[in-house]
Amino acid sequence: MRLFAGLALLVLLLFLAALVIGPAAIGPGDSLRALVLDDGGPVTLVMREIRLPRALLAVMIGAGLGLAGAAMQGYLRNPLADPGLIGVSGSAALGAVIALQTGLAAAALLALPLSALAGAMIGVTLILALAGPRGGSLTLILAGIAISALAGALTSLVLNLSPNPFAANEIVFWMMGSLADRSMTHVWLALPLILAGGLALALQGRALDALTLGEDAAEAMGVNLTRLRLMLVFGTAAVVGASTAVAGAIGFIGLVVPHLLRGFVGARPGRLLWASALGGAAMLLAADIAVRLVLPDRDLKLGVLTALVGAPLFLHLIYRTRRGA
Amino acid sequence: MWACAVRSKIAAGALCLAFGGAGAPALADTPAPQRVVSLNLCTDQLAMLLAAPGQLRSVSHLAADPRSSAMADAARAYPANHGRAEEIYLMRPDLVLAGTYTARATVAMLERLGLRVETFEPVTSLDEVPAQIRRIGALLGRKAEAEAMVATFHDDLAALRPEGPTRPRVALYDASGYTTGDRGLAGQILNAAGLANIAVEAGLSGGGYLPLELLVMLNPEAVITSHPYPGASRAEEVMRHPAVAAVGTDAARGTFSDRHWVCGTPHVLQAVAEMVALRRGLTGAEGG
Repeated sequence: MRLFAGLALLVLLLFLAALVIGPAAIGPGDSLRALVLDDGGPVTLVMREIRLPRALLAVMIGAGLGLAGAAMQGYLRNPLADPGLIGVSGSAALGAVIALQTGLAAAALLALPLSALAGAMIGVTLILALAGPRGGSLTLILAGIAISALAGALTSLVLNLSPNPFAANEIVFWMMGSLADRSMTHVWLALPLILAGGLALALQGRALDALTLGEDAAEAMGVNLTRLRLMLVFGTAAVVGASTAVAGAIGFIGLVVPHLLRGFVGARPGRLLWASALGGAAMLLAADIAVRLVLPDRDLKLGVLTALVGAPLFLHLIYRTRRGA
Repeated sequence: MWACAVRSKIAAGALCLAFGGAGAPALADTPAPQRVVSLNLCTDQLAMLLAAPGQLRSVSHLAADPRSSAMADAARAYPANHGRAEEIYLMRPDLVLAGTYTARATVAMLERLGLRVETFEPVTSLDEVPAQIRRIGALLGRKAEAEAMVATFHDDLAALRPEGPTRPRVALYDASGYTTGDRGLAGQILNAAGLANIAVEAGLSGGGYLPLELLVMLNPEAVITSHPYPGASRAEEVMRHPAVAAVGTDAARGTFSDRHWVCGTPHVLQAVAEMVALRRGLTGAEGG
């Protein structure tokens, strides 16, 4: 419970910090007052239409990615399973780009996140099929590399074929992710799927705990493995799909956060789920604050920061896996 | 070396090389070129406006694109080129018009091959438009037509002079949050229409990235956004952000397009006219 309170407090503080930091020099008191009380002027507009959606998206997407990472790792019993690393985010980006360039996203309300969900679903299904139920590290990483490479190449192809002169320059957005200049529209676009997918994943805590004892033991304890697998595929695809559709592919959150928190929850996958959701929200809020502080005039991509933190950890984990083998 | 060989009938070989290599200025007594090819969107349009029938042989493919060209329909009557040295050379031009920043490798290659290439700096103010018209007119041997066009340009611009001293504050907001400063043609168009550019207040006289938050805080009376291209892009999405829509008054929404805003041709007056109309809407809404 102390971990929960600590993480929740951290998320709250970072959320407030995200609201008061930005290129427009507005005092913290003024900005928060204008957020709550409509002053009819530009400050309220900045707070409600620019900073609030950005902070909300950071919380939603960070929580979703942390949760998805913890769930995948619990299911595959492999600490290297992160939706970004194993190609699920890349496939989601491909789905989103196809929806945008075919005009589908403009034609139907939820076409963008649903198309990204379809892409993510293909990615995660392929990974589970290739890596097998036990998810051996080598197969998992190799399959992830192949899927990431293919999805990345197809995303580049679609963007290069676009009649829009700006589209091809946005490959880096789809691969690295950014929350710059998002609006409440994007919040409403992503929220339903992130909530549905997050719920589907969060409810698997007991099943994932049982799975630590092995598949036979889990089945003997009444865990329906097929159902668990389906919920995991849907939940991960929904969360990662909706997140990627509005913010691009942000990697490593699902890897770093569960790794840092595993020790605090006694290595129980069920408890790690909600802890990783809070931890993920905190990490993405912190990363999004950092990109605004480091390079305020440029849209530094979130994936750059998360990779700077995550990639060394990933290398460390690979090293440990090899030594353990 | 085809062009050089032809020219060597009237000039010594050495002169031919010097002539082609240095892009020598037009001589008053040389006969007007009869096979002119233009590689640049802006020279395309001036050449189409000024050339004698049959004199202009090809314009760039951009000239036929209605999003970037004010003369897309007219341009379809000409074969399009894509700025590639090979295709230009095979057209056997006796004069090539190019921008200083367009297809530089092609231009260098064509000059090495001995073609006569004239390059043009981008026009950055309305005052430079007459000089540009006159230069093309002189090169094409159409001086009288150029003078007539310059006179019309001056008259039309004078007719567009804004009435009243109020200068409403507006922002030019383009893809990726780029704004255009008062230097450069777009800024001069605003200026001529009697509008104040908020980019100057933000310290971006030369243009540059204006964060969405700062745009909102500067609170311009109107935000003039660019026409989106087909196909989606995140860069253009910022222009449709709800915060942009909430800035300024609903009565005054403007858009700008490369078509009338990029080239220093008489068509630039269309952009000035649109901005004068926008200003009238703004000052009218104030009751001023």
